Amino acid sequence: MSASTRDWLLTDTPASRSQAKWGRRYQLWLAFRRNPLAVAGLAVVVVMLILAIAAPLLATHDPGVQELGNRLQPPSAEHWLGTDELGRDVWSRLLYGGRVTLGMVVAVVVLVAPLGLIVGCVAGYAGGLLDRLLMRVTDVFLAFPRLILALAFVAAMKPGVESAVIAIALTAWPPYARLARAETLTIRNTDYIAAVRMTGASPWRIIWRHVTPMCLPSLTVRVTLDMSSIILTAAGLGFLGLGAQPPIPEWGTMIATARRFILEQWWVPVIPGIAIFTASLAFNLLGDGLRDVLDPKQR
Amino acid sequence: MSDSTTSPADQPPGGQPAGGRRRPSAFRLRFQAVSATLASIPITLFGLVLVTFFIGRVVPIDPVLAIVGDRAPQDVVERTRLELGLDQPLYVQFWRYLEHIVSGDLGRSVMTSNPVTQDIARFFPATFELATVAMVIAVVIGVPLGVLAATRQGKWVDQAVRLFCLAGHSLPVFVLGLVSLLLFYARLGWAPGPGRQSIYFEGMVDERTGILTLDAALAGDWGAFQDALAHLAQPAAVLAMFSLAYIARMTRAFMLGELRSEYVTTARAKGLSRRRIIWGHAFRNTAVPLVTVLAMSYAGLLEGAVLTETIFSWPGLGQYLTVSLLNADMNAVLGATLVVGLIYVVLNLLSDLLYRLLDPRVK
Repeated sequence: MSASTRDWLLTDTPASRSQAKWGRRYQLWLAFRRNPLAVAGLAVVVVMLILAIAAPLLATHDPGVQELGNRLQPPSAEHWLGTDELGRDVWSRLLYGGRVTLGMVVAVVVLVAPLGLIVGCVAGYAGGLLDRLLMRVTDVFLAFPRLILALAFVAAMKPGVESAVIAIALTAWPPYARLARAETLTIRNTDYIAAVRMTGASPWRIIWRHVTPMCLPSLTVRVTLDMSSIILTAAGLGFLGLGAQPPIPEWGTMIATARRFILEQWWVPVIPGIAIFTASLAFNLLGDGLRDVLDPKQR
Repeated sequence: MSDSTTSPADQPPGGQPAGGRRRPSAFRLRFQAVSATLASIPITLFGLVLVTFFIGRVVPIDPVLAIVGDRAPQDVVERTRLELGLDQPLYVQFWRYLEHIVSGDLGRSVMTSNPVTQDIARFFPATFELATVAMVIAVVIGVPLGVLAATRQGKWVDQAVRLFCLAGHSLPVFVLGLVSLLLFYARLGWAPGPGRQSIYFEGMVDERTGILTLDAALAGDWGAFQDALAHLAQPAAVLAMFSLAYIARMTRAFMLGELRSEYVTTARAKGLSRRRIIWGHAFRNTAVPLVTVLAMSYAGLLEGAVLTETIFSWPGLGQYLTVSLLNADMNAVLGATLVVGLIYVVLNLLSDLLYRLLDPRVK
């Protein structure tokens, strides 16, 4: 980065709002960069996303093609990570599995984060009966362990990727709503909200323009940390045979089908396990780093 | 949303009474808080039942066909439908469901053809045994680890513990279980295989509590006791990893908070030994918040138990749940879900009450 850009970003007297905004973002990035583990987490997440998106280019074999004469092979030049119980190439399946797993994570977050944010902010800002009602609903959802509630929801639908996403989404939103509500409760009594209210802004405008932006940093941290838990729940559902169904190469499902070979051809179930672990750890490291930067009071 | 006039003290989290008025006595405040917590329980439980009822209704399996089979004549199907009350409106059905649950009737499992309550009572002790031993392991290792990290903040020990916690938090429990089976059972031969006991001990010990180690000890059969303990050790250790990371991280955070406070500085100025300061002063003050963390992670173990039991063929509630799920045995699934939810709520309630009762600072 050129020195002039750097000066422009770090100036104490920004000339415009956008300059101040970008300056703040750059400072956050500088703070984030000081934490090597967090940077490593970010790097792994980015690499995994690239691998998943570029899966068709990077896969050496068709992930669905079976080669029964060549099953349970150890890693070799032909099959980089060996072959599974039906002779399919594990490396290629892992890449396509990344699409499924990361796709599920993204789907859950896109479904759930806005919902939790809105519910929490509205409940916190409105208070009264609405607040109590919405918080009771979150209480009920929080009264089940996550995986078990997801299991029960999947049981009511047909096992598959979509049901798993819906089930995980149903269990994921209450913590976000609680967090957003707690933030809103501290924000709603501040002077600047009183000032906005006095200028005649409608409650919706106040919530949307002045309350939700303040909840975003802590929610971002929470969502990032939660991604690891979403990955684990999705993989757990797949492992129990209730998530993605074979032959879809989801990582948990791959472990489930290769589980019986753990004692002899151990690499077949262990390799997808390492993939799950890496993804989950990367999101945890990233979330931890983000928390230090975005949400210092939560440390 | 006309709340500009509502006093801000009306909605602090947790529903505490407002602080602006003249303060009632401390006892009364605490009593109010406790009764508010207790009052919220029936509503939550009602919600639990509502959720399981709802899941049971949207399920694509016809409960009538599940009982009579799909070759039954039409009049039998109709009769069963009437007997189950499925012709009634939804709220009547819900009321009946509620009545049954309150009287302890969760229906009959199609798979085992026993009442679900009876099945759960049979499978629960195994899960209880597993989760309790896992909890003990997690506390015995996790708490000292957290204290160690806090007293050496920023040093390499702290970093190592932090990394270990993150890794433990990220590792799927079923992968850990598989790798542990591979390593300790297949390669090193240190641990016995899956299951709760070896074949030659099966049925040798009278079942009193259903907790196998306890039963064997009560019967004085030390061979069976050792066998049961050996089978327990591996799954319990795997399951413990699930909570260990969380417990260590929270202990570290609580300890850091205490070590920064002024009474620690005072104690240090008075020349107390490091050990006394850490364990006698700082650690004792973390005990109360720690109790709530322990209750929460014990509840969390129920979740890990589902996966651990599947890996180690441990005949507990988790395995019952997954096997019922795969066989679409809805009464069993919903019954087990409800029981787990109930345990979860009770544990949360306990931790909340303990916190309120033990910590004099909580109003």
